[in-house]
Amino acid sequence: MTDEAYNFAYLDEQTKRMVRRAILKGVAVPGYQVPFASREMPMPYGWGTGGVQVSAACLTPEDIFKVIDQGADDTTNAVSIRKFFEKTAGVAVTEKTTAATIIQTRHRIPETPLTEGQILVYQVPIPEPLRFLEPRETETRKMHSLEEYGLMHVKLYEDIARHGEIATAYAYPVKVEGRYVMDPSPIPKFDNPRLVSAAIQLFGAGREQRIYAVPPYTQVVSLDFEDYPFDPSKAPHPCALCGAEDSYLDEVITDDAGGRMFVCSDTDYCTQRRAQQDGAAA
Amino acid sequence: MTPLLRVENLTRSFGGRIGCADVSFDLYPGEVLGIVGESGSGKSTLLNCMAGHLAPDSGKVIFDTRADGPTDTLTMSEPERRMLSRTDWAFVHQNPRDGLRMRISAGGNVGERLMAVGARRYGTIRSRALDWLERVEISDDRIDDRPAAFSGGMQQRLQIARNLVTGPRLVFMDEPTGGLDVSVQARLLDLIRGLVRRMGLSAIVVTHDLAVVRLLADRLMVMKDGHVIESGLTDQVLDDPQAPYTQLLVSSVLQV
Repeated sequence: MTDEAYNFAYLDEQTKRMVRRAILKGVAVPGYQVPFASREMPMPYGWGTGGVQVSAACLTPEDIFKVIDQGADDTTNAVSIRKFFEKTAGVAVTEKTTAATIIQTRHRIPETPLTEGQILVYQVPIPEPLRFLEPRETETRKMHSLEEYGLMHVKLYEDIARHGEIATAYAYPVKVEGRYVMDPSPIPKFDNPRLVSAAIQLFGAGREQRIYAVPPYTQVVSLDFEDYPFDPSKAPHPCALCGAEDSYLDEVITDDAGGRMFVCSDTDYCTQRRAQQDGAAA
Repeated sequence: MTPLLRVENLTRSFGGRIGCADVSFDLYPGEVLGIVGESGSGKSTLLNCMAGHLAPDSGKVIFDTRADGPTDTLTMSEPERRMLSRTDWAFVHQNPRDGLRMRISAGGNVGERLMAVGARRYGTIRSRALDWLERVEISDDRIDDRPAAFSGGMQQRLQIARNLVTGPRLVFMDEPTGGLDVSVQARLLDLIRGLVRRMGLSAIVVTHDLAVVRLLADRLMVMKDGHVIESGLTDQVLDDPQAPYTQLLVSSVLQV
């Protein structure tokens, strides 16, 4: 039951309209960072205030909502955001990727391929891919508008010069639809190929007050050099719980003696696989 | 012959103060023009107006572009002008910190302009960077060091390499030897002179050091209070100065 003290999904209707306008503009210009009047949310910056505002603007009473944090449904951030919308919007929630209509995520893309009609909402800490190379916002905006992206490759060059390979492992820069260079939020580069998706992908940065989007089936190319092509690497192990060879893994330290195990970071994917294996065994 | 750069009545004032006023000249391919004058005489303002760093109040800066022939760079669109300043133009700052990225390795600094115009093979960029470091006498084992670890003279040489790697046709230099001791200055001047001659570059060198222009420049302009008060062949101006201020300037040089 919705707490009557709140408007549906916490934000007032005018604010949601404002956020939706920014989202529509973002979808119309894939990869372009649309400024929006980010509101104070009842959680600190860095805890997903941008993602929460985008989710609030997209939610309808019929939606089924899922939140993941580093792939997991049961971490603090995921649980508290899920509870937040259960309380303020009264929407149904789920942990199943396939059942959800809106998925808010921090730092992962679910392993199960998304389908048309689903919306994936990313929480973004720093939306500007050029920020650590060029500190001036006036200058980075100009670089985006004039498509001056040489500097992005300077970063990759530095990686190879220093480490012998492109050492950027997360927040790996991509070019969207041949135009804007975009920070895909700190997802591992393993997830980059799945940025080409049937779902709508929306990115919200609350503190930095930016929204951007990747519409379904948009071309998203990870930047690289011809002689050092993009490599979506992962730990060379199968999941210790479900045995999956194709999923992104978390390394878990199990004792003080150096014991460790690798498990799927996407908890729903792992659970589904184990349920299937149990069903097949029984 | 078409001048590479033609400047017409370039004027820039800061409120009531004159930065530079009514400056006109032609620069031909392969020619090096020196601009001298005391501090505050408008040399740097003039240079920045020509290089597109400052917007002049009036006047024209007509550059002989590869594609369209002589074009007024002030009425160009910004992408075109920025493209020009990445390819056909180069700007060497007095302080290398203004012209280098201090947190990026020497190789990255040299490679930046190549990557900005579309180079996407690491091996090629790397070998071009090595080639240019060699030309400016920086040993190849320093390629992955950051400029912060370089001496002042090396930083300045690196800045020159970074600017010349795309084969520009016009180089703007603002006090390229400022702040360097005399022996380092001499080597740098030697290097610049060699590069300018070998690559057939045109250059505009702003300096207050008359020895520098005597070595580098074919022609000389003397500025005072924003106006050009004398111009001509370098030797002629320095050996037989006409304007009283130029006479003062020439006679003020310390003799060793």
